[in-house]
Amino acid sequence: MTKKTLIGAALTATLLSGCGGSDEPKQVGIAPAVFTDSLFAVMNSDRTNYTKLIVQRLGPNGVDAIKPLEHWQDASNSAPLPAQMFRYGAEGVAEVTDNFSYSLQSLWPVNKQNAPKTDLEKEGLQYIADNPGEKFYGEETLGDTTYFTAVYPDVAVSPACTSCHNDHKDSPRSDFKIGEVMGGVVIRLPIPKG
Amino acid sequence: MAKSAVWFLWVLASLALASVLGYELLAQPQKPHFLPGESTVGHYQIELSCGTCHTESFSDREAIQAACMDCHGDELKAVRDSHPKSKFTDPRNANRLANIDARYCAACHTEHALEITNDMGVTQPKDFCLHCHQDIAEDRPSHEGMAFDTCASSGCHNYHDNQALYEDFLLAHAHEPDLLSEPGMPTDGLARMMALAGIEAQPFDGRKPVEVDSDTWQDVHAEWSASAHGEANVGCQNCHQPEDNASWNNHPDTSVCGTCHQQEQAGFLAGKHGMRLAQELSAMTPRQARQPMKESAAHRELTCNSCHAPHRQDTVAAAVDACVGCHDDEHTLAFEGSPHHQTWTDFLAGGRPREQAVSCASCHLPRLESQYQGEAVILVQHNQNATLRPNEKMVRGTCLNCHGLEFSLDALASPELIRSNFSGPPEHHVPSIDMALARENPGVIQPGTTQEQLPNSDKTQKGERP
Repeated sequence: MTKKTLIGAALTATLLSGCGGSDEPKQVGIAPAVFTDSLFAVMNSDRTNYTKLIVQRLGPNGVDAIKPLEHWQDASNSAPLPAQMFRYGAEGVAEVTDNFSYSLQSLWPVNKQNAPKTDLEKEGLQYIADNPGEKFYGEETLGDTTYFTAVYPDVAVSPACTSCHNDHKDSPRSDFKIGEVMGGVVIRLPIPKG
Repeated sequence: MAKSAVWFLWVLASLALASVLGYELLAQPQKPHFLPGESTVGHYQIELSCGTCHTESFSDREAIQAACMDCHGDELKAVRDSHPKSKFTDPRNANRLANIDARYCAACHTEHALEITNDMGVTQPKDFCLHCHQDIAEDRPSHEGMAFDTCASSGCHNYHDNQALYEDFLLAHAHEPDLLSEPGMPTDGLARMMALAGIEAQPFDGRKPVEVDSDTWQDVHAEWSASAHGEANVGCQNCHQPEDNASWNNHPDTSVCGTCHQQEQAGFLAGKHGMRLAQELSAMTPRQARQPMKESAAHRELTCNSCHAPHRQDTVAAAVDACVGCHDDEHTLAFEGSPHHQTWTDFLAGGRPREQAVSCASCHLPRLESQYQGEAVILVQHNQNATLRPNEKMVRGTCLNCHGLEFSLDALASPELIRSNFSGPPEHHVPSIDMALARENPGVIQPGTTQEQLPNSDKTQKGERP
């Protein structure tokens, strides 16, 4: 059974459970929110580890052995920025499946292409910024497809995050602090039609 | 004429026509009667080989996209494509796809539609950047009022390859002099490769005279003995009879060369010189070219041997004489007498090292870093189209060996200067470095500030423009 089918089955089961008293055999599957929560747990863990164990420890805030740079290919001893590592992961996933997609966005992006675009993205990013520790779920239709969309907080986990964003000439903010929400991870699952 | 006879002739003519077209469609590699319209400058050489691009059904967009990527995918990755497909498969960009479905090359590069084709084979209106970047002035106030049809035509941005145009690169190369104090191109590729391969020999030196006194087989032997192949003991059989049981081949083809020179062959087959051979069509000839070619060369077939005399491997002749022997356009004809040509004649006269001598090949078949047996080596890129268009692709691998970035961008943005083969100073100025500096020093530098007005401008480094 594909993930799409599983998600569809789970959504159907959720809807049916609201009707109550059905004699139909109980359908099994992973609820969309459980699925996206799980994906985010993996993403967030990897992202935190890269930021803390590589960029913070080996970068200018640590032993200064590597330079985290956007154009890392053009400089010796350089490494991709944490946001780039995250995007490379998302692009790699997109090459092998369209069962889900994800991106890193912010209300205060260094790269303006990473600002929220859809109404649900704007609502979700604002919600997680206003409610630290909370996550946001919703549905939206983009093109001819309806998506289950989840937005999770992306928190500053080390001085590498805050110092870079606070000092960057393209950053709209210069007052980020450790532990603050700097942006959000947006995960989408297409909801099967019918 | 009896009515039955007319019918008979009509049926006969129809059958004959169907037979001719059916034979062409099903059995011939080239299908001229089925071409719906002329192809772009990038594909016309192989336009009669429909199956190269239309591998499946003609309406199968995915199959055509796969064919595009089959030839162009590696190059796009190598140049760090600024707009890869992955940018547009994200559902949040669904509304953008309604304007241009940028997941597919053909959305911007429609074939068989010359009447709407612009530079670089682009079939979208020139202001296509507008669709996604209409609010760029909010982020970059310096861009306020700029027309969207100038984004990709001014020397500032490219859709795919911005390796020499991104902001940090512009800043890293700001204030460079027009002519670097120690210009020079890498030249040691073959020697290093041979060393890595365990071959003790020196690459062919084109300036070393080869003494031959008669038109017999001894000439061939004398030429071969003095060549890189001779020094490396790559003998007659290696090329003319590479397999023990095969018969002697008087005219080894490019695949034989590719036995040892894999990367060079791959580059050759990827460019316009070799792309017909890559599709198993007959070799390209100057007669088939759209750009001006010498009538005397019209019949020549383009293989490795066209530029590299087979027993000499003369890279000096291949770097200039081979090119001007066929090409007859303004840029080629203006090479002789140009400042670049002067460096070449100085080299031929023994007054300048080869790494400072600019030939046709220096720019069009540049020596670039590549990988061989896990080691970085310098090899000649034999796809002469790889860095040709947009011409800013030439900056990193070629121009910056000798010139500063600002001078290079200005020169490449001038069609007149290209026609005259860079005989004179650039007349245009691309302000991208100025704009990048202005963002670094807001309030101090404004776009349009001249070089002389810039703080820390080391005017003493500025060289004289040729």
